[in-house]
Amino acid sequence: MDAMVRELSYAQAIQEAMAIAMDMDERVFLMGEDIGVYGGAFQVTGDLVDRYGADRVLDTPISELGGAGVAVGAAVTGMRPIFEFQFSDFATLAMEQIVNQAAKMRFMLGGEVSVPVVMRFPAGSGTGAAAQHSQSLEAWLGHVPGLKVIQPATPYDAKGMLLAAVADPDPVMIFEHKLLYKMKGPVPEGYYTVPIGKADIRREGRDLTIVATSIMVQKALDAAATLEAEGIDVEVVDLRTIRPMDKQTVIDSVKKTSRLMCVYEAVKTLGIGAEVSAMIAESEAFDYLDAPIVRLGGAETPIPYNPELEKATVPQVPDIIIAARDLVKGVR
Amino acid sequence: MAGASKAVADSRANLPFVYRQYSAEQLKQVLYKMYLIRRFEEGAEESYTRGLIHGTMHLSIGQEASAMGICMPLGEDDQITSTHRGHGHCIAKGAEVKRMFAEFFGKTTGYCKGRGGSMHIADVAKGNLGANGIVGGGIPIAVGAALSSKMMKTGKVVVSFFGDGANNEGAFHEALNMAAVWKLPVIFVCENNGYGMSTSTARSTAVKNIADRAAAYSMPGVIVNGNIFSEVAEASYKAVERARAGEGPTLIESKTYRHRGHSKSDRNRYRTKEEIEDWMSNRDPITLFENELREFGFIDDKGIEAIRDAVAQEIADGIEFAKASPSPDVSETGNYVYTEQA
Repeated sequence: MDAMVRELSYAQAIQEAMAIAMDMDERVFLMGEDIGVYGGAFQVTGDLVDRYGADRVLDTPISELGGAGVAVGAAVTGMRPIFEFQFSDFATLAMEQIVNQAAKMRFMLGGEVSVPVVMRFPAGSGTGAAAQHSQSLEAWLGHVPGLKVIQPATPYDAKGMLLAAVADPDPVMIFEHKLLYKMKGPVPEGYYTVPIGKADIRREGRDLTIVATSIMVQKALDAAATLEAEGIDVEVVDLRTIRPMDKQTVIDSVKKTSRLMCVYEAVKTLGIGAEVSAMIAESEAFDYLDAPIVRLGGAETPIPYNPELEKATVPQVPDIIIAARDLVKGVR
Repeated sequence: MAGASKAVADSRANLPFVYRQYSAEQLKQVLYKMYLIRRFEEGAEESYTRGLIHGTMHLSIGQEASAMGICMPLGEDDQITSTHRGHGHCIAKGAEVKRMFAEFFGKTTGYCKGRGGSMHIADVAKGNLGANGIVGGGIPIAVGAALSSKMMKTGKVVVSFFGDGANNEGAFHEALNMAAVWKLPVIFVCENNGYGMSTSTARSTAVKNIADRAAAYSMPGVIVNGNIFSEVAEASYKAVERARAGEGPTLIESKTYRHRGHSKSDRNRYRTKEEIEDWMSNRDPITLFENELREFGFIDDKGIEAIRDAVAQEIADGIEFAKASPSPDVSETGNYVYTEQA
């Protein structure tokens, strides 16, 4: 790996990945609302329309259902669309095409087609956009066989996983936390992929495994740094893909640390934390547990507008610190 | 498609479109296929009654001229998306009935290897991207296929079949708008059989004709008698020409009727026996086409009899093929969820 490594933001890393994908394969094109001259609601496509033209950076009408269907139809017939939703909340408008069509078409047709569509969903709270523009709906799609669902947590992974998604023959849903777009990190130039379906151990530790997703990975790492000073050694597993889940990495980590905490922004109930916890309870790692499993997730409420309330709705670093301390010290 | 020669065409100058456009052989083939659709539906219905097919199905008996007329000007590379009432479209686009029966019987030799059944019948090799269990689900997908055609410059035309029920789905409106904005080579074919399940278009739809909705998307809206093969084929021919010339989409409303109920659970409480009887006796699309062929001298009674016999044989052979085919192994339940990667 002699590729030059630069500091890029998460958004820049995604944009670079899309440009590389379009350079490498003329079948790749982008579609979405206001992704052309506007540059995308979060400036992720930026000036790509100047470089690739309006046919390959295709502004759609405000038609999420129809647009997603067009992307599916184009994918089935030989193109490689990358479809940007303006906000992940708008997936609700396109559920029919995502869940009934994209996810099932290969299966229903007995393997006669593949659906190589990539859909990008800016997700999560923290921008003051209130209840209809701040949700984390990845578990909804993670429940659907036929889809792959990923949540890159760093600029490096955002680029590498997007390129892996474009190369993937099946529909890949990418949930990008909006607060990560400005996060900077090392990103190599040129083409590389980060495999879908592989978790990553961001920090090794002995006392506790925190399985985190998306923006919660960085929060867990920040908490771990504080806890280290208290003599608590936290292992942070970045799940990266929620379908198909990398069970083995989590199982191995829990067997090592004997404690499990799941941290995610989406509403706590019936979410990724339940899935990871149940998976561990069903595995050989169950016998290694020294304490009950803890889930830290979003509150059982829509995301509020008021900034203090908004913050209180999702796990923050102090919440993770307190919960981890209690878990390791046996308070729970 | 090789059509009628110049001399023959001149001699037919006053006849309806298809008799000027296509050869006698081609027209006889159309009659064959209309019978094939009718007998396929009857064979499927009978197999269902006998317990050889489970689930449900939506029969297109009465709509044969619509399926055949629309597909007449399409080439093998052109594509369609179809509906839950899609058996006729599948046959019209070139599928083999034996593999369709096999699919309905849930066998590995079926078009979808027994995973799709009636509601997802497809024949990708012949350009049928699939029936759809979701009303209006295939319409945006057809627009996407047309976008592929335009971007890859393949010259393919895409037809999206749907029913009158679908014209009140959001997907219909979003898809028509995008196709018009991007001038895509797609033809929207609304087979209006009068009822979305039990609800008549009069009770469900604010406009008198579904074709009127084309005006909202700046595309031609054409109404045809869906039970007259020549009318349907002519409208389709013009729409295909327009699409291939890069002039954009057309909405064709093919007014027709389904003789059977919506699905196998239908008790026909929303329409009268007299209405059904009228359509069956006086406006049957096969009878109408057969009469024209006879009247214009393309076929005689003997020829018709030969077609009926050949169709009966193909249907019987198809059902035998399906019966004799193997079922998938239960261990293969998880196949085709994702693309197998080396």
